[in-house]
Amino acid sequence: MVNNHVDDHQHPHQTAGQRDGVPSEYEIMSRAMQELLIDQGVMTADEVRATMEAFESDYPNRGAKVIARAWTDPAFKKFLLRDGKAAVASMGIDLETDQLVAVENTPEIHNVIVCTLCSCYPRHLLGQPPTWYKSDNYRKRVVVEPRPVLAEFGTQLSDDVTLRVHDSNADMRYVVIPMRPEGTQGWSEAQLEEIITRDAMVGVTLPTVLE
Amino acid sequence: MDGVHDLGGVEGFGPIPIEDDREGDEPVFHADWEPRVMAIRSLMGFWRKWNIDGGRHSIECLPPADYLGFSYYEKWLAGLVNLMVSTGLVTTEEISAGQPRPGADVATPPVDTAELVQFLPRGRPSSRATSSPPAFSIGDTVRTARHMHSGHTRLPRYVRGHIGEIISGHGAHVFPDTNAKLAGEDPQHLYTVRFTARELWGEMASGHDTVTVDLWESYIAPA
Repeated sequence: MVNNHVDDHQHPHQTAGQRDGVPSEYEIMSRAMQELLIDQGVMTADEVRATMEAFESDYPNRGAKVIARAWTDPAFKKFLLRDGKAAVASMGIDLETDQLVAVENTPEIHNVIVCTLCSCYPRHLLGQPPTWYKSDNYRKRVVVEPRPVLAEFGTQLSDDVTLRVHDSNADMRYVVIPMRPEGTQGWSEAQLEEIITRDAMVGVTLPTVLE
Repeated sequence: MDGVHDLGGVEGFGPIPIEDDREGDEPVFHADWEPRVMAIRSLMGFWRKWNIDGGRHSIECLPPADYLGFSYYEKWLAGLVNLMVSTGLVTTEEISAGQPRPGADVATPPVDTAELVQFLPRGRPSSRATSSPPAFSIGDTVRTARHMHSGHTRLPRYVRGHIGEIISGHGAHVFPDTNAKLAGEDPQHLYTVRFTARELWGEMASGHDTVTVDLWESYIAPA
């Protein structure tokens, strides 16, 4: 828990789900909308069901595999940095979006990703974005005060590190190649995948080796 | 448009709501109605009455208090209602009544369930072939437009009227400003432009931090 200074006005999603078995207003509205559109003939119940299932399952987080490969195979890392989409395609991952731009963290440079205008996110690589990524506050603040924002995620960067914020407002999708932490020499790709988290690939945290 | 959705750099708000999800514990959806809204929205998209840019604009056009007060999926639902009404797929009377008006034609869905699932995860790439050469090269210094117009645009307010450097080019892409209003794709060269934090935010910013934004050619001019 980072803090609890949130109220229902700013975060109505906390009140919008089902509560005590009573359908929420949005549950009722969305069902009413569905029934109306089915009555109109513009879509079918089967389609809605199939689509809902697809949304739940179609976007696995495959980013850790890509980064683990980049950490262990310098030629692949070069490929990923030069042409992200082709590099992940070589691992059998079809991104479907236009281009993937991989940005590499180094001891001198730290990268972080945002979409200030909506919620563009490398869904085909990392899955659906978390609520915080889509939140108004992340979108407002990370471009102007990235260091305090990262500190809220527990990430402290030295002042002499250059912080690069990438606002993904077009159809280019960004992913961060975090720095491989000390103490992981000789690890297999599978072991490395365990410590390559979604948040590290967005750039708000750093991979760590658990004791 | 200079809308409430254009949030970059707006100050005076609280902490990031991280507590919902530390490292992927968060479910994809929090309630059944959320995927239902996304499903309805996708299915209505097959009617081709709007595209991705027009869809984004429908959310930008929500009343500002709603935009700031609604959750992510609430915005999708409200924007969808507006899109369906403005394109004639349903009427406000039908939405109020919850049923089709008496005697309304019954349509046939534009896609069937079997072909649906293979289409779903496919984004539609926005890159386009073009014969026009890029007007800018890597290393060029450019100034962004002050303001575009009151429709959909992807030039964020916080980078307007500022000087940056082109750091990469991505070929031509569908221009959201015209595409959103179904006025043509008008493909334009897209560039990644790097701004120093001090250029955008003044002397209080770090002397070496930067922000990059992807900008279409008509958003920028030689500086």
